[in-house]
Amino acid sequence: MAVTIAKERWTNNVAEVVLGTEPNIVKIGGESTLPFLHFEGEMPNRPAVALEVWDMEPTGWPDILTSAYAGVLNDPVAWAKKCVEYGADLVCLTLVSAHPDNKNTSPEECAQVAKAVADAVNVPLIILGCGVEEKDAQVLEKVAEALSGRNYLLGCATQENYKTITAACMVHGHNIIASSPLDINLEKQLNILITEMNLTANRIVIDPSVGALGYGIEYAYSIMERTRIGALTGDKMMAMPVICLLGQEVWKTKEAKSTTEEAPEWGNQERRAILWEVITAVAFAQAGGSLFVMRHPEALKQFRAHIDKMMQSNAY
Amino acid sequence: MILIGERINGMFKDIREAILNKDPEPIRYWAKRQYENCAAYLDINTGPTVEPKDQPAVMEWLVKVAQETVPLPCCIDSTNPEAIEAGLAVHKGKAMINSTSADQWKMDIYFPMAKKYNAAIIGLAMNEKGVPKSAADRVALAMEIVVNADAHGIPMEDLYIDPLMLPCNVAQDHGPEVLEAIRQIKTLADPPPRTTLGLSNSSQRCTNRHLINRTFLIMCMAVGLDSAIADVEDQELLDAVAAANILLNKDIYCDSFLKTFRQR
Repeated sequence: MAVTIAKERWTNNVAEVVLGTEPNIVKIGGESTLPFLHFEGEMPNRPAVALEVWDMEPTGWPDILTSAYAGVLNDPVAWAKKCVEYGADLVCLTLVSAHPDNKNTSPEECAQVAKAVADAVNVPLIILGCGVEEKDAQVLEKVAEALSGRNYLLGCATQENYKTITAACMVHGHNIIASSPLDINLEKQLNILITEMNLTANRIVIDPSVGALGYGIEYAYSIMERTRIGALTGDKMMAMPVICLLGQEVWKTKEAKSTTEEAPEWGNQERRAILWEVITAVAFAQAGGSLFVMRHPEALKQFRAHIDKMMQSNAY
Repeated sequence: MILIGERINGMFKDIREAILNKDPEPIRYWAKRQYENCAAYLDINTGPTVEPKDQPAVMEWLVKVAQETVPLPCCIDSTNPEAIEAGLAVHKGKAMINSTSADQWKMDIYFPMAKKYNAAIIGLAMNEKGVPKSAADRVALAMEIVVNADAHGIPMEDLYIDPLMLPCNVAQDHGPEVLEAIRQIKTLADPPPRTTLGLSNSSQRCTNRHLINRTFLIMCMAVGLDSAIADVEDQELLDAVAAANILLNKDIYCDSFLKTFRQR
């Protein structure tokens, strides 16, 4: 007897966001079904992966991570090129030095660094501020201007600073990351506020805030799942692709940072830490993530091998 | 909640006069108003003053004027099969037929018509004996409608069962029966048929009509009502539906929920 495949009939799809300019563009989103259910609907774009670059030499990163970027950690341009060599679809430049507790770098200097990185690589950029809302508004305004027309992805915009960042993205032709603290109601509200300023929904990427494996991953997972179901059932203010800033979460866990000597019962650190990043990414791909910001090149490679398999057709 | 705007009906004086004078303006006005107030369908009814022989032509005209004004489908409302078919023939998009009852001869007319025009259809849980009193009798008639619709290949999401509410000042004991009927109708098939209700009927000749209508609508939503033919001018009704969508976990809450409900 033939088996009838149960298919859900969804009424809406996730918006497709295009990053970068021709010929170097990356498309994300556009799904008309839950992740990887190719038999039910369309998943026109693969999940894209960015590697992270800082504008200052990181402290506190374990050796197994810094060794992958030996010699380039104090040179964002060289570091970005290295990421492209490693196969990143995009480079995520984090302007950590702008933080008042770090170098308190001025918005103008940040914009110069961003420009130099943008000119050195042929992949689209994600540009993140330092996480201080007021400073990020100033920094991203200058960055948007310096990179006018390149159609990059800037963030993170929060309820406190979205107005300045949204305006800068509109004027200079960029896309915005709308960030909320693991709260689906605030997530929706921020998307509404941004679209009310007339930035179209297909220029917004949702950052729901994510945790690493073992550190609240299930909260982010369920919010992303609900976001996607909301999108597919017609809620246009939930129908944006999701970015997962997971590298920063994974590489602060003790499972990634403890050396083999410190935690021999957990096995080899390199294998363990990379797996931690891969498994975190895999979980979020299943939850509906479209854009992944990771740190270790080997984790990127393994995650992509997984995505290759998952993108194979399972149509009946 | 699929709201069907009730206002383009010859029972209202301005529409009756518009039909008599062939004046499209009142039709356009109410099409636009109801479109702006969240209607997903426009109910179109020639009213009883139009002669049966003229009803098809009037229905055709009303549907055309409404659809030239706003991008909404119509809920073609008549007891005259020829008037309904005339409306369907000129309709753009997926129409709704309003309505068949559980009488076999009516179902034999309207279900093939729904199939032919790929239209949704309202099935009234009544027959020539009238509106049943109990929930059980309403559900029994609903079952006959479900079975007949299925036999004609009408998908359940295109079938809207109306359990029929009577004015609460003359038939107060029907309220609990209607609520129970809605709950049971949603279990008749998998996927279940949809449900609808002529809401304003529940408050005919009562005071505080808007309050009665919206209270009953929310009670019905809680037990599975999918749609209602209603006065969408009533902003408090729309607010209550928006809040009920949140409380029933149908829409994701956000602070602007009253506003997002009104956005298409």
